[in-house]
Amino acid sequence: MSLAARHLEENGIPTVVCGSARDIVEQVAAPRFLFTDFPLGNPTGKPYDAEMQRAITSMGLDLLETARFPRTTVQTPFSWGDDAWRAGYMRVDDSNREVLRRAGEIRRRQQARRKTEGRVRPE
Amino acid sequence: MVDQQERVAADPAYRVFVSYIDKSRQFYSAQGYERPYSWARNDEAPFTPLRKPIAESRLGLVTTALNLDLPNDTDAETLPIASTYAAPIDPPPARLFTQNRSWDKEATHTDDLDSFFPVHRLQELVEDGRLGSLSPRFYGIPTEYSQRRTNEVDAPRLLELMREDGVDVAMLVAL
Repeated sequence: MSLAARHLEENGIPTVVCGSARDIVEQVAAPRFLFTDFPLGNPTGKPYDAEMQRAITSMGLDLLETARFPRTTVQTPFSWGDDAWRAGYMRVDDSNREVLRRAGEIRRRQQARRKTEGRVRPE
Repeated sequence: MVDQQERVAADPAYRVFVSYIDKSRQFYSAQGYERPYSWARNDEAPFTPLRKPIAESRLGLVTTALNLDLPNDTDAETLPIASTYAAPIDPPPARLFTQNRSWDKEATHTDDLDSFFPVHRLQELVEDGRLGSLSPRFYGIPTEYSQRRTNEVDAPRLLELMREDGVDVAMLVAL
């Protein structure tokens, strides 16, 4: 997403990226980034919280208007509530190591099958 | 291990926000992928100042979700091959398909469109005069493993679609 934002910006379209993966967006270096510190999936506000969604969306417009230089990050003032998701997402520990190893094998087989059957994007 | 991860989340000696680069490296290593994904890294970013106020600008909304109205348990193997697309924004899509994207399916859900595709909130901001207008179409781009493909195929196609629609500014929402 950040790479696409950079391409638009290079070609004269101002952009704002709204997201929750701060390290990725800042490393790729989006021109303007509105960061909400939520689990991945709801970067423009909690489900069914229209007021929060409107505040975040509106802050995105503000950032388009107020940023004066590239790589400007603004953090929205919202927090998810509990923090269990921080450790929970993509967790790797002794309880799931074997499950993950098998899931990886299945995934590689699917990827290989898609390739042989031509169900991939053409080069 | 769990206790340790939870302690780290609360310990001011560690950064507060989650590092998805670190997490995905550990996760895919546990799945048996030998080489970690190398995210793009840039020291500088391009920058285009606004040409006119937001209240007079036409905004293009971009998502990585698919414009498909399918049940959440749809087999990812049956999905069409990804490509960059544009689709009418009025009326907005009833739902977008996100299950094949990486996001935290344990902590939350994407059943409310506006939590990741704030089309109704933007329409309200247009009605209030805060935003000039919404582009007649919204845009979707695939999340690509290949940065070359994003840079040389998807991003240029997105620019082309936005130019056809006279887009002034873009809001890109990453799931």
